[in-house]
Amino acid sequence: MLLSLTGICLVAGAILAGVNQFTAGPIAVAKATALEEAIKAVAPEFDNKPTEDVYMAVSSEGDSLRIYPAKKDGQVVGGAVESNTKKGFSGEIRVIVGFDLEGKILNYSVLQHAETPGLGAKMQDWFRADKNKQSVLGRTIPDGGLKVTKDGGDVDAITAATISSRAFLDAVNRAYSAFAGVDGLTGATSTDNK
Amino acid sequence: MSNLKILMNGIITENPTFVLLLGMCPTLGTTSSAINGMSMGLATMFVLVCSNIAISALKNVIPDLVRIPGYIVVIATFVTVVQMCMEAFVPALYASLGLFIPLIVVNCIVLGRAEAFAAKNGIIPSALDGLGMGLGFTMALTLLGACREFLGTGKLFSMTLMPEQYGSLIFVLAPGAFIALGYLVAIVNKLRKA
Repeated sequence: MLLSLTGICLVAGAILAGVNQFTAGPIAVAKATALEEAIKAVAPEFDNKPTEDVYMAVSSEGDSLRIYPAKKDGQVVGGAVESNTKKGFSGEIRVIVGFDLEGKILNYSVLQHAETPGLGAKMQDWFRADKNKQSVLGRTIPDGGLKVTKDGGDVDAITAATISSRAFLDAVNRAYSAFAGVDGLTGATSTDNK
Repeated sequence: MSNLKILMNGIITENPTFVLLLGMCPTLGTTSSAINGMSMGLATMFVLVCSNIAISALKNVIPDLVRIPGYIVVIATFVTVVQMCMEAFVPALYASLGLFIPLIVVNCIVLGRAEAFAAKNGIIPSALDGLGMGLGFTMALTLLGACREFLGTGKLFSMTLMPEQYGSLIFVLAPGAFIALGYLVAIVNKLRKA
């Protein structure tokens, strides 16, 4: 009894170790390409490797967010901020937001979310659609952050998904606070701690 | 039972979803679109075939008293293999199925077939039983996913068939899963008896 169970577990362990060794490389590559593509999609055009120049910056809530600076000919032209929020309807929402040096939102991409399909899950497309006041692209973040119209702001929330919309804007606002706080739209020195 | 009969048993006579009503959690949880349902079905089918073969080969080695832990270790090994391979080679699918992949371990179809069939039959019939049950499960999940996707968003396999505003969002959400499943079970049972 003991022997057979031990034997099964040993074989199972060996198989899993083998598969892990075989898939560890492709998993790392897949994750890295996904991140690089997301940065490329949201940040201004760059010729450096933002994933290597990544640094952490403190957001308005005191936690640290990853910033991937985009540089052209050695000059910082903007950056992509990996932000998150726990204010979503179900679970954490992770977004990556690209800013230029004036703090204008260039583009965004939702990396991970578990919002309701058909409602909150529309955020990947909703906030870039050029319709009414939906789009956040090209906006600068006002004092107090972007808000949905229901909260006195000027961004149209996703129909029937105000909570998800609030959460999304919260993630964008946090991204901006980290980006602006450290990289210094005001010209403050960058605390580069790679 | 002839081999063909074993295969058809899982697909029609004892279809795990529509007749045995087993594995309802992944059935209701993953079928918000046809492609998700199909991928979940295929992943389960792979685990079913592999675990049925392994358990039928090991049935004389595993003592009766510890058979359940033995089966679970075997099943969990194959599920982890599927999970790692998915994460490595189809990261987008892995992101959308996420939590439900590890849950295949406790899917009652897998353990049920191990206990009811593979532990009493030879390797080839067990493999066929796993394949039949897996195909039945895949077909059921794809059908349910297709119904929900079409009724909910007007799309089928992400192709738009009718404008989205004619869709009724409830079918994408959890209550719609129960409603659609209930009607499908009723229709299938009516057809089976006719």
